[in-house]
Amino acid sequence: MQELSAELIRKKYLRDEMWPSIFCNGCGIGNVLDYTLRAIEELNLDLDEIVFVSGIGCSSRLPGYINADGLHTTHGRAIAFATGVKAVNPDLKVIVFTGDGDCAAIGGNHFIHAIRRNVDITVIMVNNFIYGMTGGQLAPTTPIGSRSTTSPYGNIEPPFDLCELAKVIGAPYVARWTVSHPYRPIKSIKRGIEKKGFAYIELLTPCPTAYGRRNRLGDIKELWKWYDENTILIEEYERIMKYGSDEEKERASKMIKIGVFQDIEKPEYFEEYYKLIDRLKEGGK
Amino acid sequence: MRYKRDPDLIRKVIGRKVQFVMGDTACVYGSLLAGCSFFAGYPITPASEIAEEMSRLLPRVGGVYIQMEDEIGSISAVIGASWAGAKSMTATSGPGFSLMMENYGYAIMSETPCVIVNVQRVGPSTGQPTRGAQGDMMQARWGTHGDVEALVLAPSTVQECFDLTIEAFNLTERYRHPVCVMMDGEIGHLREKVVIPDEDEMKIVDRVVADKDDDFLPFDVSKKTGRKVPDFPTFGKGFKVHVTGLTHDTRGLPATDSQEEHEKLIKRIVSKIADDRDKLTMVEKVHLDDAETAFVTYGASARATEAAVERARKEGKKVGMLRLKLVWPFPIKEIRKLADQVEKIIVPEMNLGQIVHPVREYAEGKCEVISAPKVGGEMHTVEEVYRYIEG
Ligand SMILES: Cc1ncc(C[n+]2csc(CCOP(=O)(O)OP(=O)(O)O)c2C)c(N)n1
Ligand code: SF4
Repeated sequence: MQELSAELIRKKYLRDEMWPSIFCNGCGIGNVLDYTLRAIEELNLDLDEIVFVSGIGCSSRLPGYINADGLHTTHGRAIAFATGVKAVNPDLKVIVFTGDGDCAAIGGNHFIHAIRRNVDITVIMVNNFIYGMTGGQLAPTTPIGSRSTTSPYGNIEPPFDLCELAKVIGAPYVARWTVSHPYRPIKSIKRGIEKKGFAYIELLTPCPTAYGRRNRLGDIKELWKWYDENTILIEEYERIMKYGSDEEKERASKMIKIGVFQDIEKPEYFEEYYKLIDRLKEGGK
Repeated sequence: MRYKRDPDLIRKVIGRKVQFVMGDTACVYGSLLAGCSFFAGYPITPASEIAEEMSRLLPRVGGVYIQMEDEIGSISAVIGASWAGAKSMTATSGPGFSLMMENYGYAIMSETPCVIVNVQRVGPSTGQPTRGAQGDMMQARWGTHGDVEALVLAPSTVQECFDLTIEAFNLTERYRHPVCVMMDGEIGHLREKVVIPDEDEMKIVDRVVADKDDDFLPFDVSKKTGRKVPDFPTFGKGFKVHVTGLTHDTRGLPATDSQEEHEKLIKRIVSKIADDRDKLTMVEKVHLDDAETAFVTYGASARATEAAVERARKEGKKVGMLRLKLVWPFPIKEIRKLADQVEKIIVPEMNLGQIVHPVREYAEGKCEVISAPKVGGEMHTVEEVYRYIEG
């Protein structure tokens, strides 16, 4: 396979007319796009067999940049729209881009029910701990103590861990990575697309404009480093919790877990539904 | 798309040609024959029977039924399904209709064919769940934010629940605009005779699917028909179409800072319906030729009204009825003509007066226009309607 330069990606996958993008300097959303396209390239998929669906937010603007069928919907509803696409044409691959507000707040209900049904879609959640598009309001993922335009004295709401949530509802594939390194996100997106069933991949993504600056996480370079310093591999976390010193445990418990949370096989909803249609065709009940 | 419309199979699944069924069931039969292959909904009285019948019959004809987690999810899935190529539908009542308003506007803005059935019940809020009403007629026209037109049908009989559901699918596919079928609890639960027409007695309209030309523009006047309705680029066929609720240019790409693009887009979307107003108008005229007093009504209210008109005629009074089968776009010409002819227009409705407002607007002061409201979940009696004739 040919090594993919940024130039090549742009030519092969992106809409020229959409440049320059709306994303701020130092924003990680471009990386999410890059990793997704590299995963598609490595899987050798035809863009015409993929539909990109999104809600509303900076991250939900991604389908507009890709030269493929895209459905940029309403705030929080991407997964429900995606369910309809998949129902009618299960041969299409459906990839959803969503933000933490889009997915965990206004869209939370669709998220949990699509997982419960196990609809075969790949959800790439851009978690920047904040409402980026609307200028930095509190999100259900904002860490305790963080400042936002609507938590000016520091957040006192406990945040959601959507990976843990997706795992307990039974999503067949659940992973979280930071965008500061490409290899593991790409691998997980590939695995998610190939997984028959609901795949949830959360990417911790810097938003210097609406989150980093307000929380004094430094310049762009420092902000990106924050993600390496404040995340811990699940395996490492578990090792420390078993064998570590109290000090290590204390430190680990403040970090965000990254890694593969779940990778299992389950019956997929529309595969089951089409089996039902076939059964009825043969005179079944 | 895996579904293919199979008329013989659909007729086998529906059963006998003449049946005695509820309005809700007739609506399901109509949708199946129209070629509906996707239904998403959420239970609500008095529309639940539509979902129940769909869950039973739709998979038998090869389509997909799904019960979503709420009505917002239902209309979202319906729009997604439409872009994947399906004729799709949802059914609800007032509270669910309110929840759907944002995506109703999305369907208008993205020009997505889909049918929304509202079996109206008494509102506001939870109101009288088991009682019929016509309180959502203005919501169907103005309920979503922004500048829009609307395509809204109102059946008066169980047979019309069947006929107008087919009409709704035909209109939505032809105009790429969501269509509301405004039934009401009374008609939805009423049992009457339905006659299923044969295949050659029915007109089924399919959407005009785009050709993959190099210069195809997904949100422009059709190259194939010249109409203001763009040809449809189904997902998964290589069109690489971008669909968005943002103001977009003819390529479908965001143009959120352009006054010109917005005006151009919205004027096309609104006028693709409004230009065809007269062609679209569907009214029934009862004893109107020499009438001096006329009722203008729709849906269940037309039943008592028609009886009152017949009684008045027997007594030699020159009374007639104009029944609106398509309420929006509003039949301006018919109302103007009527206002020129009669001295008095009476508008019976199961609400505190909604459609009386456009009637008054287009009567333009040329005759008296009186509202004949009835609320609280009961239909007008013939006597109640009749009394308005005298005064
Ligand atoms: C129904 C509705 N409510 C509110 C908004 C305003 N709004 C737009 S984007 C957004 C939040 C975006 O945050 P997130 O989903 O985290 O995405 P990000 O911009 O951070 O990528 C909000 C509240 C909207 N568009 N629609
Ligand atoms: S506001 Fe934040 S998330 Fe949005 S583009 Fe700017 S940096 Fe990215």
